Amino acid sequence: MPPHPEWTAAMFPDEVWEHVFSFLPSDADRNVAAASCHAWLRIERRSRRRVFVGNCYAVAPAVAVARFPEARAVEVKGKPHFADFDLVPGDWGGGADEWVAAMAEGWPQLEELRFKRMVVSDDCLEVIARSFRNFRVLGLAFCEGFSTAGLAAVAANCRNLRVLDLQENVIEDNCSHWLSHFPESFTSLVHLNIACLPGEVNVPVLERLVSRCTNLKTLKLNHAVPLEKLVILLRKAPQLVDLGTGRFSGEHHLDLYSKLESAFTGYKSLKSLSGTWEAVPAYLPAVYSVCEGLTSLNLSYATTQNPELIKLVSRCKSLQRLWVMDFIEDDGLAAVASSCKLLQELRVFPSDPYGPQPVSLTERGLVAISAGCPMLHSVLYFCNQMTNAALIAIALNRPNLTRFRLCIIEPQTPDYLTLQPLDAGFSAIVESCKDLRRLSVSGLLTDRVFKSIGAYADRLEMLSVAFAGDSDAGLHYILSGCKSLRKLEIRDCPFGDKPLLANAAKLETMRSLWMSSCSLTLGACKLLARKMPRLNVEIIDERRGASWDSRPDDCPVEKLYVYRTVAGPRSDTPSCVWTV
Amino acid sequence: MSPHLEHDYIGLSEVSSAAAGAGAGEGLKETELRLGLPGSESPERNEKVGVTLELLPKGFVSGAKRGFADAIDGSGKWVFSTGAGSEKEVGKKGGVAYGEHLGGGGGKEAAGQEKKAQAAKGSENDGAVAPAAKAQVVGWPPIRSYRKNTMAVNPLKNKEDGEAKQGPGCLYVKVSMDGAPYLRKVDLKTYKNYKDLSSSLEKMFSGFTIGQYGSHGIPNRDGLSESRLMDLLNGSEYVLTYEDKDGDWMLVGDVPWEMFTDSCRRLRIMKGSDAIGLAPRAMEKCKNRN
Repeated sequence: MPPHPEWTAAMFPDEVWEHVFSFLPSDADRNVAAASCHAWLRIERRSRRRVFVGNCYAVAPAVAVARFPEARAVEVKGKPHFADFDLVPGDWGGGADEWVAAMAEGWPQLEELRFKRMVVSDDCLEVIARSFRNFRVLGLAFCEGFSTAGLAAVAANCRNLRVLDLQENVIEDNCSHWLSHFPESFTSLVHLNIACLPGEVNVPVLERLVSRCTNLKTLKLNHAVPLEKLVILLRKAPQLVDLGTGRFSGEHHLDLYSKLESAFTGYKSLKSLSGTWEAVPAYLPAVYSVCEGLTSLNLSYATTQNPELIKLVSRCKSLQRLWVMDFIEDDGLAAVASSCKLLQELRVFPSDPYGPQPVSLTERGLVAISAGCPMLHSVLYFCNQMTNAALIAIALNRPNLTRFRLCIIEPQTPDYLTLQPLDAGFSAIVESCKDLRRLSVSGLLTDRVFKSIGAYADRLEMLSVAFAGDSDAGLHYILSGCKSLRKLEIRDCPFGDKPLLANAAKLETMRSLWMSSCSLTLGACKLLARKMPRLNVEIIDERRGASWDSRPDDCPVEKLYVYRTVAGPRSDTPSCVWTV
Repeated sequence: MSPHLEHDYIGLSEVSSAAAGAGAGEGLKETELRLGLPGSESPERNEKVGVTLELLPKGFVSGAKRGFADAIDGSGKWVFSTGAGSEKEVGKKGGVAYGEHLGGGGGKEAAGQEKKAQAAKGSENDGAVAPAAKAQVVGWPPIRSYRKNTMAVNPLKNKEDGEAKQGPGCLYVKVSMDGAPYLRKVDLKTYKNYKDLSSSLEKMFSGFTIGQYGSHGIPNRDGLSESRLMDLLNGSEYVLTYEDKDGDWMLVGDVPWEMFTDSCRRLRIMKGSDAIGLAPRAMEKCKNRN
C-alpha cells in the first residue's frame, strides 16, 4: 500500500520536492500534483516558475499572483479567437491593466511577460518598464491599445531586455524615434520583431542598435525598410538566425543586386526568413544562397508568384515550416512535396478571397503534400473546392496530423465531384488522425460529421465550426463526445438551446465556448447560468438595446460566450455585454 | 475504420424516415434530442428536422432546406424538397433564414440578401459552385484584419486576360522624358506588351532625342528616329522607368505586362547618368524579356 502523500511530503525537505516537480512537463501535471494534498499544493505553488492563464477572466489577477509567488514567466490570453475576424465588439474587454498592476505588486522578479489578444495601454507598458528589475522578455501578439510612446518607455527602462516581440499588433505611431530610447549602453537584445510597426523606422538608429547587440538572433523589420537599407543592416548582423526582410523592394541602384546577393551569401546561420515581399522577380535569386539551410519560410504576405515562387521554395530542402499564398498553386505544392521532405507545417492563405477564383490552387495541392511529406502534422489551407476522396486520401496519408484547418472559402460548398456533403471526408480525418488536437471544418456538412467528431476525436482540444450541421444533434454529438475538448467556437449553425443545456456540465471542463448566429434563446442562457455558477455566461449584443433583464425568455441571443471562471462575473463589462 | 464508415453510410441511406436517426443503434436517443420539446421550436425548424439526417440519393444535396439557390439549374443536379423558392429558405443558413427567425441581425440579413442576389446571378452559370462575385459575410472567410490590411497595400496579380479585366476601358498615364520641355500621355490599354509600348514611345519622343544628341555634337541622321531612341534605350543612355501604386520608381520590364499595367501610374524616361543604374543581372533579364 503506497504511503499517504502527506507522510511522503514530510520525508524530504521542500527543496527536494521542488526539484522533483520541476520535471513535471506540463501545468496540467503540476495541477494534479498540487491537488493531491496540502503539502504538495504548498510546495508546488511556491516552486512554479511559469504561469499560463488561457483566459484572463478565469481568475482574478491578484489571486493568480498570490498563488504562485515565485513566478518568473507568465502568459495571459484575452479575447476569444473569433475576435480576430471582427465578431467581437471592440470594447468587449481583455484589458491588461489589472493584470499588470497585480504583477507589479506581487512579482517584482518577473522576467517574461506575454499577452495575446489583450488591450494593452501605454500606461501598462510604462508600469512594466519600471516595475521589474530583471525584465527580459516582452511579447505582445494580436494586441492593441498602445503606441510607440509606450515602446519608448520599455526601450528606455528595461536594461536587460532580451526579447521584444511584437506580433501583428495594432500600434499607434506617435513617437517615431522610440528606438533611440534604447541607451547606448544597451546591448542585450537577442530578438527584435517590429514587423507590424506602422510608421517609419529610423534606420541609422536601428543600425547602431543592431551593431552593438552582438547576440541578436532574430530581426524582423517592418515595411518601411527598403532594400538598400536592408543590405546595410544585414552587413551589421551576419549572425542572424531569423530574418524578416520588410518590403524587399526599393529604388534601383547600380549594384544593389550584387550587394544583396553577397550579403545573403554571408548568412551561414539563417534558418528562418519572412517578409511582406513586393519583390520584383529579378531580386529573388539574391536569397538563393540561404535557401538550403532554411527551416522556416513565411511568404504569406508576399505577392511573389510562379514560376519564381516555385524556384525559390524548391531550393529549400530543409524546410519544416512553409507559410505561403495561394500563388503557389497546385504545381508549386507538387514541387514542395518532392523537394521539402522535412516539411511539418503548411499554411496556404488566399490572395483574393472576395474576388473571382482564378488561382489554380485546389484539393490536389494538399493531397500531393500529404502524400509527399511524411512529417507533415499541421495544416491550414484556404481553397475553393474539395472532395471527400481528397480528404480521405489526406487522412490515410497523414495519420500523424495534429492540426487540420481547412477553409473552403464559399460556405456550404459540397464535394464538387459528387455534390455530397463533406461528412465522409472529415470523418476520415478524425478517425485516422488519432492525435488530432485542433480541427476547423468547412464546406457542406450535416450532423453526421459531428457524430464522427464526437466519437473519434478523443484528443481534440479546439474545434471551429461555421455554416454546418442540420440540427441540435450536431452540437450534442460534439459536447457529449470529444473527451479532451477545451475550446469550441461555432458560428452560423442551426444549433439551439437543448444540447447546450443537456451538456451544461461539459462546459465546466472546457476553457470556453463561443456561439454566434445560432438558435439560442435568452431563457436557455439564464437556465445555464443558474445551473452552472462557475461559468460566466456572457450575452454580447452590439445593438446595446433594452436591458436584458426585461426581455422575454424566447428572445434570441445572437452572440454567446461562455467560459469557466473562479473569479465570478467580471466587473469591466461594457454596454454590449450582459453577464447572465 | 472504413468498414465502419461504409456501414454508417449504408445504414443512413436505407433509412427512409427521418425518425430512424443517424445510426442503427442510436436512433431512439437521437430522435429524442432532435425533435425536442414540442412547441419550443419554430415550425420552420420542424420542417427541417424532417429532412435532416436522411441521406438523399446521389445527386441530391442533403440538408436541402438550406436553399443553396445558386445551384438550381436546368440539369436538376441540386434539388430542394422544401420551399425551394421561398424567401426564408434561400440564402445562407445563418443569414436570411435564421435572421428572420431570430428577429434581428440586420447586418446579417443584408448579407443574406446580398448573397441571394448574387446567388441568383450565379444560377446562370450552369451549376457552377461559386458565383462570380462574393457577398461579404462578416468575418468570413476567417482572415485576420492585419492580413487583409497588409494585402490591400500590395498589388495583386490579375490572371485573367485583358477583356475580363475590370476597370475603365482606357488607362492614360503621363510620360515624361528628362530634358523634354513637355510631357505626353499614353493609353496603356492600347498596347499588348512592352515591345509595343517602347516602339510607341520611340516615335513620340524621337524629336527630343535627336535634339539632345544634336546638342552634344553627334551628327543627326535626318528622318531617322526610331532606331536611335531604341539604341539609346538599349544602350543605357536612357532608362525607362515607371512609378507604381506605392509611389516607388521601378524599372520597366521586370514584371509581366498585365501586372505592369495594373500598377503603373506614370512613366519616366530617365537619362542614364541620372538614373543610379541597374544591377547587371536585372538589366539582362529586362532585355531578354523584351
